Amino acid sequence: MDTLEVKATPAIDAKVDARGLSCPMPIVRTAQAVKTLPSGAIVEVLATDPGSTKDFVAWCRSTGNELVEQTTDGAVFRFVIRRK
Amino acid sequence: MTLTTERPIVLDQIAEAIAATEPQPEPKLEGSAGNRDLVLIWYSGDLEKTWASLILATTAAASGVTTKVFITFWGLQAFVKDQRRITGETWMQKMLSFMQRPGISHRKLSKMNFLGMGPWMMGALAKKYGVAKPPELLEAAVALGVEFMPCQMTMDLFGLKREDMIDGLGEPVGAATVIELLSNGAAPLFI
Repeated sequence: MDTLEVKATPAIDAKVDARGLSCPMPIVRTAQAVKTLPSGAIVEVLATDPGSTKDFVAWCRSTGNELVEQTTDGAVFRFVIRRK
Repeated sequence: MTLTTERPIVLDQIAEAIAATEPQPEPKLEGSAGNRDLVLIWYSGDLEKTWASLILATTAAASGVTTKVFITFWGLQAFVKDQRRITGETWMQKMLSFMQRPGISHRKLSKMNFLGMGPWMMGALAKKYGVAKPPELLEAAVALGVEFMPCQMTMDLFGLKREDMIDGLGEPVGAATVIELLSNGAAPLFI
């Protein structure tokens, strides 16, 4: 039998509320938060900037951090990132 | 006789040859830059370009790119302390700072400035749309480790002293420092 496909969101270590902020502050705030955390830590980011959906994918690629989850709830975009 | 004098020389050569095969530490070049480095040449003092430079510099540093900013000509005016009104020694230097007020909070738009109405509207719109203004971005840039290198020649030209400038700037340098960074592979931006 196949294993269950439901992936639980890992425990959040830190949260970044970037709602209402425009480029580049969601990325800047996230980078500043990630810098203070140990490797493997999980950060949850909330943003309303529509550009952030592409920007966080690109940012994770260029920094090597892992984008674990990306969801949308109305006008709020949520990103779960694991520090490299 | 000859053999005894030649022998130590041969042994020295062998010792040198062995030493040459041992791994040497990579010489770290002064100002060396890798492919992940960015050099932003900040030339303009206009509000819109100041804004763009700060957005790119903060984002680059936030993305793990080693970011160095060479501040030259009108760009230096954004790095003078906001409280400074008149800078310079000679009447011409003073006149220039009088005609164009220095400081990050006093940048003017290159077009549609309309005696400050343009920048005021830009500021009001930025507030409404959650866009960080230049002073906040500059603070973030310094916190993220962006390296600011003021141009020594422009400092002399405008009569700017280190105490006129904001904290967080590096040592003043010249064009050769920038050219070396670029020739070593750093990505260039000229704004």
